[in-house]
Amino acid sequence: MPSRIPPLAITAFTATSALGRGREAHLRALRERRGGLRSNDFTDTPLPCAIGRVDGIESVELPTDLRDLDSRNHRLAWLGLHADGFLDIARDAVARHGADRVALLTATSTASIGATEAAYRALDDGRFPAALAQPELHTLHSLGLFLDRIFGACGPCMTASTACSSSAKIFAQGERLIRLGLADAVILAGVDSLCGSVLFGFNALELVSPQPCRPFDAQRDGISIGEAAGFALLERDGDATAPRLLGHGESSDAHHMSTPHPQGLGARLAIDAALARAGLAAHEVDYINLHGTATVKNDEVEAAAVADLFPATTRASSTKGFTGHTLGAAGILEAVIALLALDAQFVPGTLNTTTPDAACGPQLALGNEERALRIALSNSFGFGGNNCALVFGRGAA
Amino acid sequence: MNALDVRIAGIGAWSPQHGAWPQLRAALRGEALDAIAPPHPPANVLPQAERRRAPPTVLLACEAAAQACAAAQLDAATLPCVFASTHGEVVISDDMCATLATDPRALSPTRFHNSVHNAPVGYWTLAVQCHAASNALSAWRGTFAAALFEAATLAVADAAPVLFAACDAAASGPLANVIGADDTFALAFVLDPALDGTGPRLHLRHVADAADSPADAFALLHALAHEEPVRGKSATLQIPSGNGRRLDIEIRA
Repeated sequence: MPSRIPPLAITAFTATSALGRGREAHLRALRERRGGLRSNDFTDTPLPCAIGRVDGIESVELPTDLRDLDSRNHRLAWLGLHADGFLDIARDAVARHGADRVALLTATSTASIGATEAAYRALDDGRFPAALAQPELHTLHSLGLFLDRIFGACGPCMTASTACSSSAKIFAQGERLIRLGLADAVILAGVDSLCGSVLFGFNALELVSPQPCRPFDAQRDGISIGEAAGFALLERDGDATAPRLLGHGESSDAHHMSTPHPQGLGARLAIDAALARAGLAAHEVDYINLHGTATVKNDEVEAAAVADLFPATTRASSTKGFTGHTLGAAGILEAVIALLALDAQFVPGTLNTTTPDAACGPQLALGNEERALRIALSNSFGFGGNNCALVFGRGAA
Repeated sequence: MNALDVRIAGIGAWSPQHGAWPQLRAALRGEALDAIAPPHPPANVLPQAERRRAPPTVLLACEAAAQACAAAQLDAATLPCVFASTHGEVVISDDMCATLATDPRALSPTRFHNSVHNAPVGYWTLAVQCHAASNALSAWRGTFAAALFEAATLAVADAAPVLFAACDAAASGPLANVIGADDTFALAFVLDPALDGTGPRLHLRHVADAADSPADAFALLHALAHEEPVRGKSATLQIPSGNGRRLDIEIRA
């Protein structure tokens, strides 16, 4: 088991999803149990399903010097980084620590593939149309290249792309950079946006529900795909009120490319490692934001693991009924939701779910609960059997 | 601190011209080759059925990774993995975008789950039954250097050896004209933070400046093939790791 790590301060965090822009919008929607899913109005080819679409992306106008990298993903990133003053706080950190001491870690599953899809729809004699011919737009690191121009940090910069665990992984990467003294602050960004690849891809795998997803429901029948941008700033020290990253755990299922390990081996290893790094026992976890995608397999395996590992006093929920599964952005979006839960001292319930699966333990919270929360865990599991669990602690009140 | 020290406990590689690392190493040393490389990476670590279906980056990364683990004489099942690719599975991206433009509902489920950037590391962990952490990275033109730095960071942070593999496959279709990915190549290192042992030691330093004389992964392999210590400012390899960033590498025998 890994040894305990020093906690890091999370000095800024924000998210933009189908629930709205910024922390207040998310908190309000969760409290009012107002989901963000709607009928699919995104694809030209009909696909009956619910999606978590962010309003206002289409009308975003990027500044002139960023327009060569215009894409839905970058517009969403642009919207997201202006929420809660994140851009100014991050730039201040760059100025305070020095550009070379600040790392920029980005995460996405599909980057700007939507722009690549658009180019293929508009091929001119087999070639991309001039407006879409910028090579930096058609690479997995496009989000990193886009944000690099904006933040002006010069520490290590790279994109993690491990499907649906991507933006949880960058918390672990960032923690290591600071612990080893390779950076003093790390800007974390996870952005994934709606595109044909994921909507029709998950549809081909028969993993998309025709209705808004019902995590952990006995009748659940698949995911609803959403989009989101999440940002966080990690620093060694911070105000006492800043929440803390206490632990992280990463593992591989080594079972199947698109189906979780039947006994949740990888999930358990990730949770155990995250708790060990945090120096905590399972019973000390007050709230778990579950991966809870609403696929038959994920929820069955995750429910059994949570029922087995945690006492009934630990409360657990999936918030994907609110936001949809935001894929590569899910890790950071749900980290932000866990931090909001710690701050507001409430457990957001599991939307759209009425009858929990028999595998669920007493931990599953269907409705919202007001409760004293000190420690939160967030689970993210991805294709390829890629798992990451994060442990957060509440800042001083 | 902005530097890391690791030892290369094992090297693996695949090039379509030369084949595996021993042959590539000989070629880099100017030695005559006694055999012609097979046309595709054998990737014998994968089960036969997977090998037949697997996309090029999976074969490339698994081949190089298996060589590096064998050379390091370490159990691959225990090694955390950092895999990197600039473009990922570009042949699948081309095919998927073409399908989406004409008949989106005809998208292949297998192609879709093989399109994720962590497909190579996912197949690798499956093949060797590795339950340790695994990551899949990209950093455009800085991919090799940025990911090597991350792999060394992980090794030093957890005080345990890490498997690093980097590969790219030649692109096809309209996408190829835009991103200009013409080469097929893979390399892998087992990086050990314990510096005592056989294998060259790397002193890695992230520098927030562009390279004066940019080098690349081939330059590093060339130096490793010649077992030349590369020390001091004049002999440091500067590999770009992103806009205004580079990784300075000293090889200490």
